[in-house]
Amino acid sequence: MDLLRSIGITEIVFQLMLVNAILGLSIYLTLYTGMFSLANAGFMAIGAYVGVVLTQNYDLPLWAALIGGMAAAGIVAVPIGLPVLRLRDIYLAIATIGFGEVVRILILNFDALASSISGENVQLTRGALGITGIPKITETWQLLLFLVVTVYILVRLHHSRFGRAMAAVRQDEQVAATMGINVVYVKNAIFILSAVLAASAGVLKAHLTRTISPGDYGFDQVVNILAFAVLGGTSTWLGPIIGGFMLTAMPEILREFKQYRGIVNGVILLLVIVYLPGGIVNVNAWKRLWRRVRRQPSIETS
Amino acid sequence: MLELHKVSRLFGGLQALDQVDMRISERRIVGLIGPNGAGKTTLINNISGLDHPTSGTIRLEGNEIHNLPPHRISGLGIARTYQNIRLFGEMTVLENLLISQHGRGRASVLDSLVFTPHFRAEERRLRDTAMQLLERFHLAGMAHQLAGNLPYGDQRRLEMARALATGPKLLLLDEPTAGMNPIETEQLGQQILRLRDEQLTVLVIEHDMSLIHQVCDEVYVLNFGQIIAHGTPEAIKHNPLVIEAYLGREEENELAVGERKG
Repeated sequence: MDLLRSIGITEIVFQLMLVNAILGLSIYLTLYTGMFSLANAGFMAIGAYVGVVLTQNYDLPLWAALIGGMAAAGIVAVPIGLPVLRLRDIYLAIATIGFGEVVRILILNFDALASSISGENVQLTRGALGITGIPKITETWQLLLFLVVTVYILVRLHHSRFGRAMAAVRQDEQVAATMGINVVYVKNAIFILSAVLAASAGVLKAHLTRTISPGDYGFDQVVNILAFAVLGGTSTWLGPIIGGFMLTAMPEILREFKQYRGIVNGVILLLVIVYLPGGIVNVNAWKRLWRRVRRQPSIETS
Repeated sequence: MLELHKVSRLFGGLQALDQVDMRISERRIVGLIGPNGAGKTTLINNISGLDHPTSGTIRLEGNEIHNLPPHRISGLGIARTYQNIRLFGEMTVLENLLISQHGRGRASVLDSLVFTPHFRAEERRLRDTAMQLLERFHLAGMAHQLAGNLPYGDQRRLEMARALATGPKLLLLDEPTAGMNPIETEQLGQQILRLRDEQLTVLVIEHDMSLIHQVCDEVYVLNFGQIIAHGTPEAIKHNPLVIEAYLGREEENELAVGERKG
């Protein structure tokens, strides 16, 4: 623990690493099934706000807020997924970014909207300033437990009939359909699962950082989540976890570089994308890199 | 068993299928031939649910299936292969056969989470079925190789094994011998004949006339989306319309082509 602390990984950093690993897994689910969905920040926001309202306004314990936030995101994911998942690739990405923006702006204007409808002075999401003074009740063991349970579920999912169907849908939707797989069902189920996972991270993180505002769940948050999966790779569930860990810990470890740490962070990300296109946790990507280095020794010197 | 009634498919202004009537009886091997672009693959796409007819009806054992999604049609007992091999290349040979048995499994994700005996028994059963099929198609030794790394001929046979793993009553084969040498074609013909002995019905698109003669009980000839002939392979071979479709009409050859296009 002292060693970790000496390189900048304090308890809160470690906790955020765990949260971000969960976020990485949420986007991994959709990517693994061949869906380029970027709705995760939106679902994270839904989870965070519902969770915080439950603990603050209704005095419920964290586990109840967790269930509430996850359920809310899952329910929202159903009507979103059905029409949107007909889209593919970049079109799906754009539509889901749009969803995230709608969520963010709705939260931003929720109080004004609710006040004008009800005629009373509603103060729930508190606009752009967000909600502050949330008690820090998420604990490390809870995060660890949650991550372990999530990984176990994922592993068992992969080894089930449904998990094989996910991989088949990613590789060739049409063939998967003629082999008896209900492609629409698989895609929607995974979209919902991904939303629920993102929401859980939202609830847990809100009770760590003690403050939430709509700006926390904008486009840059989506890009961060995507970066966890890209850096770590999506060929196994371990990829996005390692990606989430690294991208959270790196800015702290690179403190020595002071104002240059953003640059160093970016360069590391760039190097991985260029030289390890399958992500860090991908045996084939390392093999390819190794072959490249051996064939052209000049790469090392250049 | 399978009945097509006045099936038409329009792609914009192109009449890919034009009032196709077809009847496939149980335990028959039916050939479908025709020049390139005649609409053969479109027809198979319509039967398997990847595409839907603009008009007309398709019935399987009396039930209309032409508006059903592909996975429902698969569940009703129609399986197919693809002309341009479309295996799940990033998966092993065995996994390809496990995936195509999707509709035959009943175990849920929950069963998998807690390792119920039901789940384990089912996984074992799916694996056994897969291995049996692999042995039959001489692929058992490659069960754990990536499907994308197999030699061409093996990929073709895996396509057929994968379609059979769905447990079909009717098998649609889209040019199963494309790119195979005469010996491989002969052997595949033996495999197809064996399917009929196992109560399967087969519709096979083929260019290789020797295979058609080897396996087919009857043949339909499709040209410009229309059925122009139907009969035994022997009768088809001597049908003047069929010869014209493939080789063109003597003397008026170019004129005929011009009229068609106009």
